Amino acid sequence: MKLSDLKPGQQGTIVSFTDVEMSVKLMEMGCLPGEVVEIERYAPLGDPIAIRVSGYQLCLRKSEAAVILIQ
Amino acid sequence: MGNLKIALVGNPNTGKSTLFNLLTGLNQKVGNFPGITVDKKVGFFKMPAGSTYQQAEVIDLPGAYSLYPKSKDESIVFEVLADPKNASHPDLIVLVADATNLRRNLLLYTQVADLGIPTILVLNMTDMAQKEGIAIDTDKLAERLGIQVMAISARSKTGIDQLKQAIANYNPIATQTKTIDVNAMEPEAIAQAKKIVNTENDYYALQVLNQYEHLSFLNADQKQSIQQILTAQQIDRNTLQATETVNRYKHLSQVLNQVIVDTGAQRKFIITDKIDAILTHKIWGLGIFLLVLLFIFNAIFSWSSLPMDLIETSFASLTEWGHQYLPAGVLTDLLLDGVVAGLGGVVIFIPQIAILFGLISILEDTGYMARVTFMLDKIMRRFGLSGKSVVPMIGGIACAVPSIMSARNIENWKDRMITIMVTPLVSCSARLPVYTLIISLVVPDQNVWGIFNLQGLTMMAMYLISILAAVLVAWVMKFIIKTKEKSYFVMELPVYRSPRWKNVLLTMYEKSKTFVLEAGKVIIAISIVLWVLASYGPGNRFEQVDQKYETLSANVQDEEALADLERHHSSELLENSYAGILGKSIEPYIKPLGYDWKIGIALITSFAAREAFVGTMSTIYSVEASDDDISTIREKLAGATHPQTGLPIFTFATGLSLMLFYAFAMQCMSTVAVVYRETKSWKWPLMQLGYMTALAYVAALIAYQTLK
Repeated sequence: MKLSDLKPGQQGTIVSFTDVEMSVKLMEMGCLPGEVVEIERYAPLGDPIAIRVSGYQLCLRKSEAAVILIQ
Repeated sequence: MGNLKIALVGNPNTGKSTLFNLLTGLNQKVGNFPGITVDKKVGFFKMPAGSTYQQAEVIDLPGAYSLYPKSKDESIVFEVLADPKNASHPDLIVLVADATNLRRNLLLYTQVADLGIPTILVLNMTDMAQKEGIAIDTDKLAERLGIQVMAISARSKTGIDQLKQAIANYNPIATQTKTIDVNAMEPEAIAQAKKIVNTENDYYALQVLNQYEHLSFLNADQKQSIQQILTAQQIDRNTLQATETVNRYKHLSQVLNQVIVDTGAQRKFIITDKIDAILTHKIWGLGIFLLVLLFIFNAIFSWSSLPMDLIETSFASLTEWGHQYLPAGVLTDLLLDGVVAGLGGVVIFIPQIAILFGLISILEDTGYMARVTFMLDKIMRRFGLSGKSVVPMIGGIACAVPSIMSARNIENWKDRMITIMVTPLVSCSARLPVYTLIISLVVPDQNVWGIFNLQGLTMMAMYLISILAAVLVAWVMKFIIKTKEKSYFVMELPVYRSPRWKNVLLTMYEKSKTFVLEAGKVIIAISIVLWVLASYGPGNRFEQVDQKYETLSANVQDEEALADLERHHSSELLENSYAGILGKSIEPYIKPLGYDWKIGIALITSFAAREAFVGTMSTIYSVEASDDDISTIREKLAGATHPQTGLPIFTFATGLSLMLFYAFAMQCMSTVAVVYRETKSWKWPLMQLGYMTALAYVAALIAYQTLK
C-alpha cells in the first residue's frame, strides 16, 4: 500500500520506497523504514499532504508520497 | 593569536541564525561566495579571557539536512568544510541541533563528524524540549560522541556565555568517536578517490565520489578520474547514499539509546494542530491568506507614505540648498541633479522594502509562510511555479530587486528561473506614480454602482493584469525551459512560534541594505548618464536656445512671466539635448502606440527606472516644479495637442497604451543587474528584457489601435 492511499487521520509503518533517488531525500528528512507515519491533513486543493513522522510535521506532494510503501 | 574560524552548521529551523545573531550581535557582514548565490554571513565576537585567540570569526552556513546538497547552492556547506584551501574553512565546527527533534538533526552531525574537524555540538531549544517532556542526558551524549555538548536556548538567551567559554576551551585535535564504517561501503573506489583528491579521510573521499560534478575545488582532470572510478566500479550513487543514510540512522539509534527519554512526544503539536485546522482549512485557509495579502498590500502603501514624504522633502531641500550655496557650475549640477537625484530615487523605496520584508519575515518566522507554500503549491505548480514562488511574487508588489534575491529559497532550478523571469511583471511601487498620473488624466473621477470609484477600479485592474501576465508567462516558460532536475516538495512544517523581533529588524535592515547596494549603484550610474544625455546637446544648439531666451527675457520685468519663460527655456533645452534627439528619433516606432516624441523622451529617461517618467514629463511640458501635486502637470498634459492635427494627445487610448507599456516593459536596470547576479549569466536578463519589451510593445499597440 502506498502512503498516498491513506486518508487524513490514518497511520501506517514505512516498509520501503519505489524510487531510490527520492528515498534518499525522504530518509534524510526522517522518513525511515520502520517509522510510523500519520496523515495529518490535505492542502485545501487536495495536494500536497501534511504528514507526521519522527516527531515532526512534513509536507510533500501526493506523487512523492506514492513512492513510500507502507503497511 | 588572531582569529579562530568557526562554522555554524545545522538543519533549517534549528535557530542557527538566531544563535549567530546572539553570538556576534551587529558585528556582521554579508558577502558572496564565488560562483553561487548564497549570502556569505560572517560575524565576529571577542573571545573570553584565557583563550589563545583574541577574536572568533563565525560563518553562518546555509541550513541543510545533510552534506548531500539538494541544490547547487547547498553544496557550499560541503565545500567549506571539506576543502582546507577554502577561505572560510573552519578550525572548529559548531553544529546546532534542535533538541526537540534530535535524531533527525544528528544525521548531519554524524556526517560532519566524519570529516575530522574539531566539533562542538549545541543542543538548541532545550527549554522547549523540556516543556514537551523530552529529557536529554547531555553528559551521556557527550561521552558517547566524544565531544563537548552544550545545552542552550537561543530564544531565551540561556547558555550563550557557557558556549563561548566552551569555544575558547576547544581541543584543536578532533576528538569525536567514529560513527559508521565508511570504508566498508566501497573500499576500492574510496581508496582510489583518496589518491585523486589527496586525502586520508575516507568520508571526504566518499562525498567527493558522490557530488564531484558540483565541487569547485576539483579540476577537470580530477572530475574525469572520479567519473571513471564510478563507471569502473559500477557504482550507483543513489543506492550508495541510501545505504549510508540507513547505516547512520542505525548508528544514531545506538547513540541515543537511553540518552533521550521522551514522555510527551505528542504534546508540542496540540497547539500547532489547532492553529493549522483553521489556517489551512479547506475554505478559511485560502480566505485568511487573501486577508493577509490585503493587509500586506495596504501596509506597504499606507505605512510608508509618511517616511517617503520625509525622504522626498529632505532630498528636495538638499538639492535646493546645494544650488544656493555651492558654486554654480557643471560639477555642482552633476552632483545635485545627477548623483543626489539618483540617490534620492533609491532611498525613496527603502520604507516600502523594509515594511514588506519585515512582514514577510514575521510570516516566515511564525511558520505561516510554510503553510502558504503548502496551500498554494498545487495552483502554482500548474503554472510552472512552486509554492515557494509565492514569497518573491508578493514581494514584487514593492520591488523586484530584493524579491528576486529571495527566490534563492527555491531549490529547484527550473522553478527558480521561472520565478525570477516573471517576478518583474508584478506591478512594483515604481509603476505607481506612472499609473496615478495617467489614471487621473484619462479616467473620469466617477463612481460606478454608487460605491466603486472608477479610478480606483482602474488601478486595481492594473495590478490584476500584472499578476495575470506573470502567471501566464510562467505557464509559457514551463514548456520552454528544459531541465533534468526533478521538482520536489518535501518540506518541514515547523511548529508555530511567536516571531523573534530582533531577527525581523535585522531582516529589514539587511534587505534595505542589499537593495541600496545592489540597485543603488546601477540607478546612480545610469542617473548620471541620463543627466549627461539630458543636459548636453550636439553642436551649438544649447547656446542658440540660451541666446534666444536671453534676448526674450531682457525686456521682461514681471517675475511670474520670467519664471514662465525660464520653464520654457528648460523645456526647449531638453528638447535639443541628446535625450531629446533620441526621443524624436524613436517617434516613428512609438507612433503606432499613440506616443509623440515628448513621451519618447520620457520613455528614454525612464529606461533605467520607471519613476523618472513623471519628472521628465513635468520638465518637458515646462510644468512648475512641485513635489507632490500632480494637478498642474495633469492640466498641462490634458491640454497637450498634436501640432499637425490639433487633437489632444492624452486620450483614453494613449493613456491605456502607456499604462500597459509601463506594466510590462522592463524599464528597470537594477532588476537587470540583479537578475544577472542571481543567474550568473547574461542570457537570462537579456531574454527577460527582450520578452518584456516585446510584450509591452504588443500590448500597447493592440490597446491603442483598437481604442483610438
